[in-house]
Amino acid sequence: MKPSAFEYASPATLEEAVSLLHAGNGNAKIISGGQSLMPMMAFRLAVPEFLVDLKHIPDLNIIRIADDGVHLGARVRWCDIAGDARLLTAHPLLAEAVTHVAHYQIRNRGTVGGSLAHADPSAEMPGVALTCDALLTIIGSSGTRIEKASAFFTGPLQTTLEADEILTELHLPAWPAARRWAFKEFARRKGDFAMAGVALFYDLDGNGRAENAHIGAIGVSDCPIRLGAAEAALNGNVVDDNTIAAVAAAARAEIDPPSDIHAPAAYRRALVGTLLARGLTQSAG
Amino acid sequence: MQIEFELNGATVGTSVEARTSLADCLRDNLGKTGTHLGCEHGVCGACTVLVNGEAVRACLMLAVQANGDKVVTVEGLSSDNLSPLQASFRKHHALQCGFCTPGFITTAHALLTAEPDADEERIRDVLSGNLCRCTGYVPIIEAVLDARKFYAVQKEKA
Ligand SMILES: Cc1cc2nc3c(=O)[nH]c(=O)nc-3n(C[C@H](O)[C@H](O)[C@H](O)COP(=O)(O)OP(=O)(O)OC[C@H]3O[C@@H](n4cnc5c(N)ncnc54)[C@H](O)[C@@H]3O)c2cc1C
Repeated sequence: MKPSAFEYASPATLEEAVSLLHAGNGNAKIISGGQSLMPMMAFRLAVPEFLVDLKHIPDLNIIRIADDGVHLGARVRWCDIAGDARLLTAHPLLAEAVTHVAHYQIRNRGTVGGSLAHADPSAEMPGVALTCDALLTIIGSSGTRIEKASAFFTGPLQTTLEADEILTELHLPAWPAARRWAFKEFARRKGDFAMAGVALFYDLDGNGRAENAHIGAIGVSDCPIRLGAAEAALNGNVVDDNTIAAVAAAARAEIDPPSDIHAPAAYRRALVGTLLARGLTQSAG
Repeated sequence: MQIEFELNGATVGTSVEARTSLADCLRDNLGKTGTHLGCEHGVCGACTVLVNGEAVRACLMLAVQANGDKVVTVEGLSSDNLSPLQASFRKHHALQCGFCTPGFITTAHALLTAEPDADEERIRDVLSGNLCRCTGYVPIIEAVLDARKFYAVQKEKA
């Protein structure tokens, strides 16, 4: 349970960090909160030769709320989000989802950027980013790029990040005050990774019908996914018992969840339907 | 690498490999064996220490990352006598083998320092990240609930 040997640096600027990663030739890695990387190294699933710590790089830990939405710096920690009361109105879905992430001590160090880059299929933050059409700012030796969350996650623990790239910011688009939403997940112990979870939001048109439905699921595929059939079943309808049953049925039919020691596929499939129905009921109340 | 940080109020310096966890550094380099290592991958909470006042898992932090920080281990929470929180653990039989206890004490101390009015639900939520195989948790919750009064008084004074 000890990591293999590596070198360590804590540069003061992003430029320096990028050039250290670049010089590492694929064997250098960022360490942010370390709450996923340290266990990976303890199990020797990750054996980096060089770690570049982001801790001395300024301004990466800022939560900025603007007209165009919420901007989370890559080093914003779970406890920072929980402690920022503005987010309860600026992005209630984010605030709620983050209450489910990990345990007290881990929440004091784990970061938004680390979670997105780590891309655990059950993690809440990637699910929220995908569901909310978030944009990720990524800086590397060939410059800065903005990536859509929908393109960023490519598989279990896999993203489009190159070895010399650093995620600097997550931008969640503006949240209308009247928006309906819910976040529901089930884990065997509070703070553990979810067996499955759903994030959803929609707006109401002039006739009280749902439009702009966004429904995402975690823990049911290689990466977070959008549930297109469930969204289609919600759009254009009043959110009543019939609609809720139809949306849940569409979700159950469109997913193909994995079986593992925690739950068989059939259980996860049923769970997604149940969580979705609970979330929709709550959102309509 | 040479590092220096504040440990239980005194400045300490030591030399570690970059891969040395803060927990191993505290135990092996600095002799603070009150910090226990259970799982070494962030699940059990036994190694919890305070870094700049916040409870963190010492197995999930590199010693080099603590350079310049203020670290408090369970040894730093009391001198010759038990702290009120520790006395409350004893009173309520909140430990048996004692292996997990330093992690519970440091975590509960951080919680009650920040939130002396934490209710039972909040205490259960926060302690959910620490494993205990002896007590069944109920006496631990009772001990922490009972210790709140000492922290409330401290906060008033401050
Ligand atoms: C017991 C336990 C329970 C947990 N439960 C949950 C849970 O329920 N839900 C959940 O979502 N998470 C959970 N976590 C994980 C936790 O949230 C981590 O904090 C998070 O996944 C990673 O963030 P970090 O800052 O610690 O990243 P690190 O561990 O520092 O890094 C993780 C990976 O991301 C890369 N990386 C980090 N930052 C950047 C960046 N800015 N740019 C590019 N690459 C970067 C690193 O190189 C590494 O590969 C749990 C962890 C533990 C130990």
